Amino acid sequence: MQTGINRLEIKDFNLYYHRTKALEDISMMIPEKKVTAIIGPSGCGKSTLLRSINRMNEMIDGVTVEGQVLLDGEDIYQQDIDVVELRRKVGMVFQRPNPFPKSIFENVAFGVRMGDNVPAKQKLEEVVERSLKEAAIWDEVKDRLHRSAMELSGGQQQRICIARALAVEPEVILMDEPASALDPIATAKIEELIFRLKEKYTIVIVTHNMQQAARVSDFTAFLMLGKLVEFGPTEKMMTNPGSKLTEDYITGRFG
Amino acid sequence: MSLKKTRFKYLGESLIEGNIKITAILAIIAVFLIFFFILRESLPIFFNGEVQQEITFGKFFQGIQWQPVSDHPRFSLWPIIMGSLKVTMIALVFAVPVAIGAALYSSEFAGRRLKEFIKPVVELLAGIPSVVLGFFALIIMASFLKNIFGWTYRLNAVNAGIALGFAIIPAIYSLAEDALNAVPKSFREAALGLGATPWQTAVKVVLPAALPGVSAAVLFGMGRAVGETMVVLMAAGNAPLFSLNPLESTRTMTATIAAELGEVVFGSGHYHALFFIGLTLFTVTFVINLISWALFDGLMSKLYGAKK
Ligand SMILES: Nc1ncnc2c1ncn2[C@@H]1O[C@H](COP(=O)(O)OP(=O)(O)O)[C@@H](O)[C@H]1O
Ligand SMILES: [Mg+2]
Repeated sequence: MQTGINRLEIKDFNLYYHRTKALEDISMMIPEKKVTAIIGPSGCGKSTLLRSINRMNEMIDGVTVEGQVLLDGEDIYQQDIDVVELRRKVGMVFQRPNPFPKSIFENVAFGVRMGDNVPAKQKLEEVVERSLKEAAIWDEVKDRLHRSAMELSGGQQQRICIARALAVEPEVILMDEPASALDPIATAKIEELIFRLKEKYTIVIVTHNMQQAARVSDFTAFLMLGKLVEFGPTEKMMTNPGSKLTEDYITGRFG
Repeated sequence: MSLKKTRFKYLGESLIEGNIKITAILAIIAVFLIFFFILRESLPIFFNGEVQQEITFGKFFQGIQWQPVSDHPRFSLWPIIMGSLKVTMIALVFAVPVAIGAALYSSEFAGRRLKEFIKPVVELLAGIPSVVLGFFALIIMASFLKNIFGWTYRLNAVNAGIALGFAIIPAIYSLAEDALNAVPKSFREAALGLGATPWQTAVKVVLPAALPGVSAAVLFGMGRAVGETMVVLMAAGNAPLFSLNPLESTRTMTATIAAELGEVVFGSGHYHALFFIGLTLFTVTFVINLISWALFDGLMSKLYGAKK
């Protein structure tokens, strides 16, 4: 299958929560500077798979993995991988907007401040402004950068979280149902944003909303019960699915 | 079927509710009664001419000596105010880092097993009667510290402050840990997802997010330290000296009341003076609580925004 350049590859990947297998033999390519959607019924392992790409699953007790996730050919599950560096390259946006109880400025500057060489104030201000502009929220917050980010609406908070992820200049951005807690207008803004961001970033987005996958993604992975049922270009998947299961799912017969 | 309630259907509930209400009201009444009692016993200093022969409000702030039983009694509060301040500050300097460090460690870094060990042990410390703590500080700790540091006086403000610190660590730890545990997991995930180390996450995200609760914990500990009596009575050397030196013996306001009220001549100037000290302590504790509430609200709206 031709998907352009693949910098990220998941290979024979299994994940267990204690004894329970949550992901089974997943293998897929994630093409660079494209949007890849992960779809499937609730509980099928979408979030688990996404969180495997920057090792966020490690925070949970009793998680074990087998197989590989390769970033530029390097297995991120090797013993000597620097998880902190990995997560700076592979950023994450969560389902519920989760800005820190700090000012908007401090939220966006956070990742940069936590890095090894913190830039001078003026450089930091530039980074914050650039990130907020990239996340299409600059105009709405430029006059209140030093107010708490918690005062914003849910949709604005989510774009702050995206700006915060962009500020550390990641290569890959993982998004776990980033619009599911938002109203339709805020959702449309996020989708528009994702569309623009793929010029610069590789994006993997989890969604349980078929229309959303169809609107924003170039490739789609369909997951069921922890297994990858089908992976391919979104357009083909929507119009001419390769499997009966996929067809049933996208036509809304279950899920 | 009618929607009207039958007569006795909710009788049980209203009985329980009524009981709780009465208990709450009784507690409030008790606090007010204590306050008015202390106030009444202090008032003669301001209004009773006979008492004022011995003691007036002004005399509390004249000179630097507390010598209530002598031919020329002196009632300066400065030495015991200084004593309370010194001992409280030393206790906080010692207890706050230990308690908050332990709380941060057990909420952010300790595995589940270790956590289940730390918590009960610290809470066990809370169960030590303060007289036992005072005894320990008086007999063992004082000699130990004196030998190590070569102090002139065994019993001094540092000795008492450290003992008092032990007395308030459990309360600060417990409240601070609750505040840290209440910080949503999503903040930690966000920080780690941005490439912060676990240490950075704890110190730069979790601790600041819990700051309203943590600062309330510290002020609560401060209130406890100001009011604690037995430990300081036993461990501070009990000399009402007006001195900034933490290595000299000292005496607090609470210890003064405890030591002297038993032998005071009922209705004398000295008697009313002791009640006035009680009133002052009451006020100080109340003000600390007010500051704590204001700080909590202020920090909450600064961090989490003004919207409710
Ligand atoms: N922390 C956890 N501990 C144990 N099992 C979990 C945990 N998180 C998820 N699971 C299980 O793993 C499966 C996949 O969950 P998840 O990845 O959250 O699904 P999705 O995001 O597709 O709804 C579910 O069966 C869920 O119950
Ligand atoms: Mg999910």
